Amino acid sequence: MAAKLTFSKEIANLLYAMHGNPIKDCIQCGTCSGTCPAVEFMDHSPRELIAMIGANLKDEVLHSNTYWSCASCYYCNVRCPAGIDIADLMYALKRYSMWKDQYKKDLIGPKFSESFVKMIMRTGRSFEPVLAPSYIFKYGTRGIIQEAQTASALVLKGRLPLLPKKIKRLENLKRMVRRIIPIGEPS
Amino acid sequence: MKQYAYYPGCSLESLAKSYHLSSIEAARELGLELKEIEDWNCCGATAYFHVDELLAYTLVARNLALAEKENLDFVAPCSGCYKNAYFTNDYLQQDPGLAEHINFALEEDNLHISGPINVRHLIEVFVEDVGFEEIKKHVSRPLKDLRVAPYYGCQLLRPKKDSEDVENPQFFEDLLSAIGSDPVEYGSKTHCCGSSLIITNREAALDMVYKLLQDAANREADVIATICPLCNVNLELYQKQVNREFGTDFSMPVMYFTQLLGLALGVEPGRLGIGKDFVSTDSMQFIMQNPQSS
Ligand code: SF4
Ligand code: SF4
Repeated sequence: MAAKLTFSKEIANLLYAMHGNPIKDCIQCGTCSGTCPAVEFMDHSPRELIAMIGANLKDEVLHSNTYWSCASCYYCNVRCPAGIDIADLMYALKRYSMWKDQYKKDLIGPKFSESFVKMIMRTGRSFEPVLAPSYIFKYGTRGIIQEAQTASALVLKGRLPLLPKKIKRLENLKRMVRRIIPIGEPS
Repeated sequence: MKQYAYYPGCSLESLAKSYHLSSIEAARELGLELKEIEDWNCCGATAYFHVDELLAYTLVARNLALAEKENLDFVAPCSGCYKNAYFTNDYLQQDPGLAEHINFALEEDNLHISGPINVRHLIEVFVEDVGFEEIKKHVSRPLKDLRVAPYYGCQLLRPKKDSEDVENPQFFEDLLSAIGSDPVEYGSKTHCCGSSLIITNREAALDMVYKLLQDAANREADVIATICPLCNVNLELYQKQVNREFGTDFSMPVMYFTQLLGLALGVEPGRLGIGKDFVSTDSMQFIMQNPQSS
């Protein structure tokens, strides 16, 4: 890998395969931030985050909760006058911060996504209760009790099976995954 | 009976059981068979795309390949699954290198994608393949005087695919009119429900749900109709929490569009999963007890 790769270039490369225009086309109009339903809960608005990437503020970007607060609603995308794929930029930053293992440690998102992936590799299907340990302890006692009450009510209503389903050809699925990433075990 | 390769997705096996039941019932009433894809796997939701994009495409591709083997349109009732399938299919068409790589992996399960595959959302099947006129002909219990707020949410409309109207679509309203109900106009119909932020950033998601419920309540909706299990879960299951956090007292029923469609087609409420809800639908009894006309 080239030694002198600036952060903004790195991010531009991440976006290379994506649709939409490069982030250097951003005119800082703020339409994305004005449209974003989660902006109040973000450390930096989408517009600010894009400016920060342009200015190579790598540490600040990696420690921002902005992309982990993105709901992937794609509203910014359809309104951006510069045609930037902002939602997929948020996705890319999530992946980037997980690769680098650098993100705010109090975030639930990265742990949740990680357990999600592991679960799929174990059963081929997603099943809510398996995921609970990745986030439940962040909720505090009151939150945990509420979650438990909801879960038992769901079971009673027949909306929550007690055991996860497994796909039949799970071994084939695992082998498929190994053909995509040949090293490491997706266990 | 026209057949479709039906991809229920994981939520329809649990939290959104009633969406599954009502989809099958409503389709059957209209002469469609939703043939469940054999041994389908999770599409990766949003979380898998947070970790590895290529692997996420691979997961989706297996389901697409299974549908291609049947030579049927791929149909998803979940907007999230639909979006993943639609764009993966699209990227595979546009990028032969990606297709080759993924087909190499698919060999492990004796599958192959040549494509293109028709990827459809379930509501598109009713709106485009059956059509409003045909639906009207089958309505035996028109949902008269029921004020329904159509909730489109995000992933069916966005990202934009073509020249379709993403700001003010109308097909859901038209479907609701076809079954005799009154569609409610409200600004939030294409806003976001918070999706998986309900787990990862609950404060943000509850704020979005609150705004949506408030808007629908202001317009005196009797019920919100959804086309996605995630939207439904956020609006329905977490309504109590919204009330707790915001000091409101919403008791807004939230139903899958297929439940309303099924009711209008004369299906028994129980067979549509009505009764499995957290927010009581008792306020709608007047509809369910309507004698069937015709
Ligand atoms: S809407 Fe587009 S051009 Fe405007 S600030 Fe956001 S990313 Fe930049
Ligand atoms: S996709 Fe993310 S950043 Fe864009 S408007 Fe939606 S929540 Fe905000």
